Amino acid sequence: MTEMVYGTTPLRVVDPILPRWWRTIDKMTLTSVLLLMAVGILLGLAASPPLAQRNGLDPFYYVQRQVFFGGLGIGAMLLISMASPEKIRRFATVGFLLTLAALILLPFLGTDFGKGAVRWYSFGVGSIQPSEFMKPLLAVFVAWLMAASADVGGPPGRAISFGVVLLVVGLLVIQPDFGQAALISAGWIVMYFVAGAPILLLTGLALLVIAGGYVAYNNSEHFARRIDGFLAAEVDPRTQMGYAQNAISEGGFFGAGVGEGRVKWSLPDAHTDFIIAVAAEEYGLILVVFIIGLYATILLRSLFRLMRERDMFIRLAGTGIAVVFSLQAMINMGVAVRLLPSKGMTLPLVSYGGSSLLATGIAIGMLLALTRQRPQGEIGEILSRRG
Amino acid sequence: MIRKPLRPLARILKAREQGENPDYIEQENLRLRRQELRDTGRMQAELRLLLLALIFLSGFVLLGARMGLLAATEPLEVRAGLMEDISGARADITDRNGRVLATNLATHALYAETRRMVDPLRAARELGRIFPDMDVDRLAARFTDPDRRFVWVRTQLSPEQKQAVHDIGEPGLMFGPRKMRVYPNGRVAAHVLGGARYGEQGVRAAELLGVAGAELYFEDRLRDPAQANQPLRLSIDLPLQATVTEVLSGSMAVLNARGASAVLMDAYTGEVLSLVSLPDFDPNDRPAPPTSGEPADSPLFNRAVQGYYELGSVMKAFAVAQALDEGAVTPDTIIDTRGPIRWGRFEIDDFRDYGNEMSVTKVMVKSSNIGTARMVQAMGAERQQAFLRRFGLLDSARIELAEAARARPLLPDPWSELSAMTISYGHGMTTSPLALAAGYATLVNGGYAITPTLLRRDAPQEGAQIISARTSAQMRKILHDVVFEGTASFARIPGYPVGGKTGSADKPAPNGGYKEDAVLATFASVFPSHDPKYVLIVTLDEAVDTTGPEPRRTAGWTAVPTAAEITRRVAPLLGLRPVSFAEAEAKFQADLRAQ
Repeated sequence: MTEMVYGTTPLRVVDPILPRWWRTIDKMTLTSVLLLMAVGILLGLAASPPLAQRNGLDPFYYVQRQVFFGGLGIGAMLLISMASPEKIRRFATVGFLLTLAALILLPFLGTDFGKGAVRWYSFGVGSIQPSEFMKPLLAVFVAWLMAASADVGGPPGRAISFGVVLLVVGLLVIQPDFGQAALISAGWIVMYFVAGAPILLLTGLALLVIAGGYVAYNNSEHFARRIDGFLAAEVDPRTQMGYAQNAISEGGFFGAGVGEGRVKWSLPDAHTDFIIAVAAEEYGLILVVFIIGLYATILLRSLFRLMRERDMFIRLAGTGIAVVFSLQAMINMGVAVRLLPSKGMTLPLVSYGGSSLLATGIAIGMLLALTRQRPQGEIGEILSRRG
Repeated sequence: MIRKPLRPLARILKAREQGENPDYIEQENLRLRRQELRDTGRMQAELRLLLLALIFLSGFVLLGARMGLLAATEPLEVRAGLMEDISGARADITDRNGRVLATNLATHALYAETRRMVDPLRAARELGRIFPDMDVDRLAARFTDPDRRFVWVRTQLSPEQKQAVHDIGEPGLMFGPRKMRVYPNGRVAAHVLGGARYGEQGVRAAELLGVAGAELYFEDRLRDPAQANQPLRLSIDLPLQATVTEVLSGSMAVLNARGASAVLMDAYTGEVLSLVSLPDFDPNDRPAPPTSGEPADSPLFNRAVQGYYELGSVMKAFAVAQALDEGAVTPDTIIDTRGPIRWGRFEIDDFRDYGNEMSVTKVMVKSSNIGTARMVQAMGAERQQAFLRRFGLLDSARIELAEAARARPLLPDPWSELSAMTISYGHGMTTSPLALAAGYATLVNGGYAITPTLLRRDAPQEGAQIISARTSAQMRKILHDVVFEGTASFARIPGYPVGGKTGSADKPAPNGGYKEDAVLATFASVFPSHDPKYVLIVTLDEAVDTTGPEPRRTAGWTAVPTAAEITRRVAPLLGLRPVSFAEAEAKFQADLRAQ
């Protein structure tokens, strides 16, 4: 009767949020991400006590902080992964503008923590590195611009995105933070490539990157020192690189044993840039291969899901985030095994670092949101083709 | 690419005519074009994403492969211990007939990789039990030092010790293969060989380096990888060396000598067949250099090569040879031997008074200091100096031993007339037994210069002619007469005529002057005297024959019987044919006539 009098309650023809989220989310990537964070905490237990001891803190101070930021990151990731692509786009565009402002103000308000580069905003409890947040937000923003430019009569999005990236890269270079600058440039190039860049132009860009590197080498002592260290034929066992390499050899296939590692005592960045060396020394090649496998899973899974994606924005944004994320991991590990010159880049999700963990959580959240299963119009296609 | 227009004019006009909104046509076309764009874009992107995935996958694989490679390599620190480039190779040393004098033996060094140790304290305790000379506490401290990963424990292990260490069952104790230098003949030829030690050591090998003697002199040759399998062949003859050592050490004991040396040299090739210095040592366990006492009394001291002594009357042979060679005298020239000769506050006299005049041969036979002093006085100091220089007696003896170049003769400065006179009978200038042997070789081999050598050679040395063949023949006869008529009568061996000259030099006292009762007795001999092939120098330091009513220290009672015994034993070993006295005499006469 009630229905007859008041009419039926308006029925929403959508699934409840959580079941739908669980049904459409990329569970494999999610699992890999959680496993990487677990590995990060496991390694933090080994790698950070020496640093805590040096700084006169509780031995597991850094582990506690990592658990805290990791939890924050996971929260952000899950929350964001439930958002729709449109919301992601809006959120990321606003976020991008804020981060850009932060990046611009960095030389005036930031601190360098005595490391020779102004990259951080220092707050009482912790510090924030805007460039960490910049990477995923920029990817989404650039994806939007590129997708818009592909539309009929759309704005010149690619050119604008190029300008934006140039601006951000310029801001990073003056910090100086060549690693992040290179990463962002590489991410943009990959996105442009997927968006359908002419091959000729890509070749030209590759040449431009080489020329840029040459100029950087000749004009920045900071950069040149690192390159020289890489090019030196014999690795000096008293350098970070030497310690890292030695640690990997020391670990062998099955590791020296939990807590038996020594590299963490000699490497100042054992808990961040060279965490993979600690992993290799204490747990051996097995864990390293496991970690590499997790990164590869995240990237490949995301790319394969994005291949089926019809929406250009989603495809580009997802590709950008996934590529920047995996590239950062590859560079970090490549440095430790001396395939690449020393960059000072964290191993995402594994290394210690509040900003890094939170920013990576946000990035992965967006990636998960973008790679969710969506109707790709398969039925419609079949129907329209038939008609 | 020809694109379909969004507002095809024909359709628009038609639609307008029919009163329809032409915008719908545009919207429809726009929708279719977007769909088309989307589909072509997606196809392209799919391909490019696949390519991207492949690139990243290969990147990850490369990363994993590199990690695996690094994991499979030995860590730098351990590699530093390995020292891959160390070669433990060292060629063998043999005597002239290929008998082994020095060779390598495989053994093991013991080291510890502390990180692999299960129970370092127990390991240290057990090692202390096996090697009682090791300090257990110190070993334990080194094993448990967190900054150490690598501890050398022992450089050499016997097979029994190795088994005992193995039985400890400690996985951190490891064995590194080693070559160990072994001198199978022990003390025989100790001073020739010198000894070896370990240099840089790694886990897989340790350098074997020479310490002294031929081992040090031939360092580069012995460690040359190209010649590692080729033994170094010396001129030493092991049976002769053993015989000489045995006789000499016997004499040294009987005559209560402080030291002794012997050099047996081929008079034509300069090859040293035997070189003995006593006291000696075992090169397998070379003693540390002495920190106290007289360095020249150390067993490590090579008296025959490093020892430069005033050798006394043996040097008279050079004064006589010079006089003969310059034609100033013949063996029969009569020399005024009235003594003593007074020179300032010095006085030159003979051991006994032999009369007022003697022939040159007689001067040698009786060993008259006055006689040789007179001869040299007539020729002058400068010519004596030049003559001795040609024999190489004024420089370090040249031989393939590391020590040889470090010792040199003491010479008078200035070379005054008095110096010349004393040098004529072997005082005022020092000479090593080895240099003396080379000098005597020249005196009897026809006058050719001889450089002593420890390397086997098969042809005579074609050295410079220093004295004439005639002088050499005369010297052979004179040396023969010394033995058969003079001071060296104990050297008369049936069948093996020996020529030679004795020297009994008073030893210098440490604070100037000469000791009364300390004599360095030398016998410089050549055999067979009628056709000398070998030179034998024997010196005995402070030897005393106490069998008589009074102690006899002169060479005729000490060095000569020793040399005679050596000659008696080695002559058959050298393949010399015994000859009769008449045969020898005939050869002398023939040689002298031939000149």
